[in-house]
Amino acid sequence: MNASRVRIIIDKEWAEVFKNRSVAYTMIFVPLIMTLLPLGVLFMLRSLGGTGGDTTDVPANFAAICQDLPGLDCLQIYITNQFLLLFLLMPTSIPVAIAAYSIVGEKTTRSLEPLLATPVTTAELLLGKSLAAVLPAILATWVCFAIFCLALLPIGVSQAVVAHIVSPLWLTAILLVGPLMAVMAVVTAIIISSRVSDPRAAEQLAMVVIVPVLGVMFAQIGGLFVLNAQFVWVSALVILGVDVLMVYLATRLFRRETILTQWK
Amino acid sequence: MILTETLSKQFPTRKGQPPVLAVDGLSLEVGEGEVFGFLGPNGAGKTTTVRMLASLIAPSAGRAIVNGFEVGRQDQHIRACVGILTETPGMYDRLSADKNLSIFASLYGVQDVRGQVEKYLRILGLWERRFDEVGRFSKGMRQKLAIARALLHEPKVLFLDEPTSGLDPEAAKLVRDFVEELKAQGTTIFLCTHNLDEAERLCQRIAIFKTRLITVDTPAALRQRLFGRRVVFHLKEMQPGLLALLQALPFVKDARAIDNKLLAALDDPEQHNPLIVRQLVEAGAAIQFVGEMRHSLEDVYLQMINHGGAA
Repeated sequence: MNASRVRIIIDKEWAEVFKNRSVAYTMIFVPLIMTLLPLGVLFMLRSLGGTGGDTTDVPANFAAICQDLPGLDCLQIYITNQFLLLFLLMPTSIPVAIAAYSIVGEKTTRSLEPLLATPVTTAELLLGKSLAAVLPAILATWVCFAIFCLALLPIGVSQAVVAHIVSPLWLTAILLVGPLMAVMAVVTAIIISSRVSDPRAAEQLAMVVIVPVLGVMFAQIGGLFVLNAQFVWVSALVILGVDVLMVYLATRLFRRETILTQWK
Repeated sequence: MILTETLSKQFPTRKGQPPVLAVDGLSLEVGEGEVFGFLGPNGAGKTTTVRMLASLIAPSAGRAIVNGFEVGRQDQHIRACVGILTETPGMYDRLSADKNLSIFASLYGVQDVRGQVEKYLRILGLWERRFDEVGRFSKGMRQKLAIARALLHEPKVLFLDEPTSGLDPEAAKLVRDFVEELKAQGTTIFLCTHNLDEAERLCQRIAIFKTRLITVDTPAALRQRLFGRRVVFHLKEMQPGLLALLQALPFVKDARAIDNKLLAALDDPEQHNPLIVRQLVEAGAAIQFVGEMRHSLEDVYLQMINHGGAA
């Protein structure tokens, strides 16, 4: 593995991606909207609700973790718990557009053959393309999460709610599970990208990786379960395993010959 | 520099259909510094051969050595020492010419990336446009940029797949002139082309190929092998008995009369022409011109492709 070649691939991908305004805007504005939306809701809840609200407004299994918190705080924690999942959705959905285009896009523009004719290995190529998609998504997520946390107190969210958000549970989820999910999403997108002939098809198919996050979100909203530390750590281990498997599959499924000779 | 021994490539097809044999038992040798023409019709397997030799795809059978490295075993070494101009050279259209070349120079491990990029942008006349997006380039400029990309790492072997295909005459000439320069510098060039004039002008030897290697030789030798050497005697007027006189000469292999011309197939025209001229003049012929009849490479190619070389 030649780190220099991996860095060149990343540099090339970024140069191309950020020249494409629509992709650049997607990478900037989607995370910002996902950050401002929960802040706006929390602000409105505080403004409209005064100190009212009680724990009967939240599912019973959730109310249990509120203990003796005021009703409004409990409601805010409940809502925040759903919105915080957006910070897991971000690293999953943002890089998919880049990754899905990465191989099939080069096939379409016929730039893949000259690239494969260089001494770059399949592992270097896939690692470079994966990191080029994963790193900006993780950075955008972390920056947005930091903005979110810093804005909580100024918009009037109570210390108890802030303590719930800036907790080991959510920090683990966002700093560990998020990046692992980003890797899973990107590698899946790259596998799909190397096997389809239409960039749009690649992007749409790759979006399937956000389904588990949506599943967790809807399960919480429906009161089926509440995200807890055990679930986060088990998820991290499972996703890590899936990542290793997907990376292995990606290098096995990336067949230079098939891509060059059978793609029309 | 390039050696292939019964190199073959077959592609799998859908279930129930036989595999497609693209290259069948290709054996050839290309010397260092040689410009080698690889001619064949569409679908003959030329691009597949180039892709195998550039270590982009693996052979199904046989073996190939490029610059001392074996295809399929030392692919990274081969990729590092060959340059390839693909038939449809894709570029990163949103990036500048300079950036496109810098990326490839870095991937090839070029020490002085800036220097090499500047060198080839200047040589190919793209220096003034170096910061322009490649998407705005004309086809000729893109082709020149693709050639620059193939040369950045000073490859020992250069594979050119239809380098002038689709270019206007001026751009095609620029590319051909540049190949001439590379030839003068001693770069080994494997040139796939449909353009027979180009092949004849640039290549020292030519292979005619249609899934299998039909023949390989210098253009002149191919002509001679197929058609021999023919001399044409332009007469003021054709007289009876002149054709018979010509046919009777022992060194004339074949003789024909067409209008006021006599055609003779000879092994050694330099030796026999004076004798024939003398005989004809003595027989009363008024000879206006004597010349060698040249068959074009196109005649040779069509003969080889359509009849497998039987003239």
